[in-house]
Amino acid sequence: MLEVNNLTVQYGAIKALHGISLRVSQGEIVTLIGSNGAGKSTALRAISGLVRSAEGHITFDGQPITNLASHEIVQRGISHVPEGRMIFANLTVQENLKMGAYLRRDSDGIAQTMDYVFATFPRLREREKQVAGTLSGGEQQMLAIGRALMGQPKFLMLDEPSLGIAPILVKTIFEKIVEINREQKITILLVEQNAHRALDISHRGYVIETGRVILHDESKSLRTNPQVKSAYLGG
Amino acid sequence: MDWFLQQFINGLALGSIYALIALGYTMVYGVLRFINFAHSDVLMLGAFAAYFIAPAAASIFGPQSYFGAFMVIMMAALICAAIGVTIEYLAYRPLRKRPKLTVLITAIGVSLFIEFTCQHKAVFGAETKPFPKLLPEQDFLLGGLTVNSNDLLVPLVTIMLLAVLWFIVQKTKIGTAMRAVSYNEQAASLMGVNVNRVITFTFAIGSALAAVAGILYAMKSPGIEPLMGIQPGLRAFIAAVLGGIGNLPGAALGGLVLGLLETFAGGIPSLSNYRDGIAFAILILILLFKPTGLLGKAQTEKV
Repeated sequence: MLEVNNLTVQYGAIKALHGISLRVSQGEIVTLIGSNGAGKSTALRAISGLVRSAEGHITFDGQPITNLASHEIVQRGISHVPEGRMIFANLTVQENLKMGAYLRRDSDGIAQTMDYVFATFPRLREREKQVAGTLSGGEQQMLAIGRALMGQPKFLMLDEPSLGIAPILVKTIFEKIVEINREQKITILLVEQNAHRALDISHRGYVIETGRVILHDESKSLRTNPQVKSAYLGG
Repeated sequence: MDWFLQQFINGLALGSIYALIALGYTMVYGVLRFINFAHSDVLMLGAFAAYFIAPAAASIFGPQSYFGAFMVIMMAALICAAIGVTIEYLAYRPLRKRPKLTVLITAIGVSLFIEFTCQHKAVFGAETKPFPKLLPEQDFLLGGLTVNSNDLLVPLVTIMLLAVLWFIVQKTKIGTAMRAVSYNEQAASLMGVNVNRVITFTFAIGSALAAVAGILYAMKSPGIEPLMGIQPGLRAFIAAVLGGIGNLPGAALGGLVLGLLETFAGGIPSLSNYRDGIAFAILILILLFKPTGLLGKAQTEKV
């Protein structure tokens, strides 16, 4: 479904990604793990067109999408829940969700998806008319995911959904990610520092270090890999 | 009391014009974070557009008819919308990824370019031209005051335009997209918003409002000339800052406050020479105590 070949991204003189390649097939949950600054977020940002790639190719459903504008990439069914959530704090919860459906014209369908989002995250329904800036961190993360779902993506990229969130909500959010993948048949690419949880729910994983893929395998093999264990799973 | 009411009506009319112009500054600031100094020249071009269209409108719809005036204003607004969009496309868009200071200086350059090109005798010429009477003008006697019908019309038109603008920004899809872009451009583009299109739309609306303001201002002035936009433009910019730059109701409020301050200070004979001094001193005081402007909220810089 998604294929990334030899992707290189440069910020000024600094190379953030040194030619990484990865592949995500329909229906999978794939995770990128690695420490802070390894280039995981940059990879997602290049896929969704937020940063330009200096070299390499990205194809989605067989079509090249390298260096298209973000709004054109969204149109093809890729949604990106960015690092730091980037919700519109000045808009209400409902307006945020409507923004997620910006490219859709079917108002009945939009209402249905909104019902689905509210069913998935009941907390959002309670806060529907509230300005999003007043939500807690966990609620904002739910809103960011809900907003991405509003566009009915085929492919969802999640950047650090557990960051800065109460542990009890982390569990819920990871359960919801699995549920979205299974029930909505949405393929997921997950970037996480919490390697434990990420490898628990994913099918396959890539380990990224200083802008390179150093290892990739089935998640259950990665969980028992001594190198991964010592570096990312706390021994 | 009569004096007070008289000044109030005058101030309201002047303030409404400032408000219309200030909205353009604040809208552009909202999405692009720079001050479009060429905005005051779009206002001037609006007045000139009306100057050239008015005779044609008068011959079709009859002199000083309300419908004719409406058509003149609409045409001028459309022309200015196109001009504003063109300025953005040619001068600002190529600099989108450059530091804001570059764009700001470019805006000053565009402003000077328009002003002095228009002063050339092959364009408009530097001399003041009498602005045609677009509307049947009447002085009412209301109690003890004389009220000019145009002075009543100006706030009325402004309120209507404010309502339309409020509706667009709050209730329509493109308006929500504008607010989203203004909050976080990247996040908006991740929703599928074509940010360039939103910016074009913002310039079109802001410039159309400037055209209307330019015509209303010209109706109150002795005549029009290529530098006529500088004074109201500067004041409207200050009004936008006073209201809280980037904040739409703030721009409207700032315009009204500045217009009223100026008119009241000018209305006291012994102080009339100091009217700008007084108005701006009060302004400085307000900003000293509320640096974000009347309705502005302190924003933490996003990284």
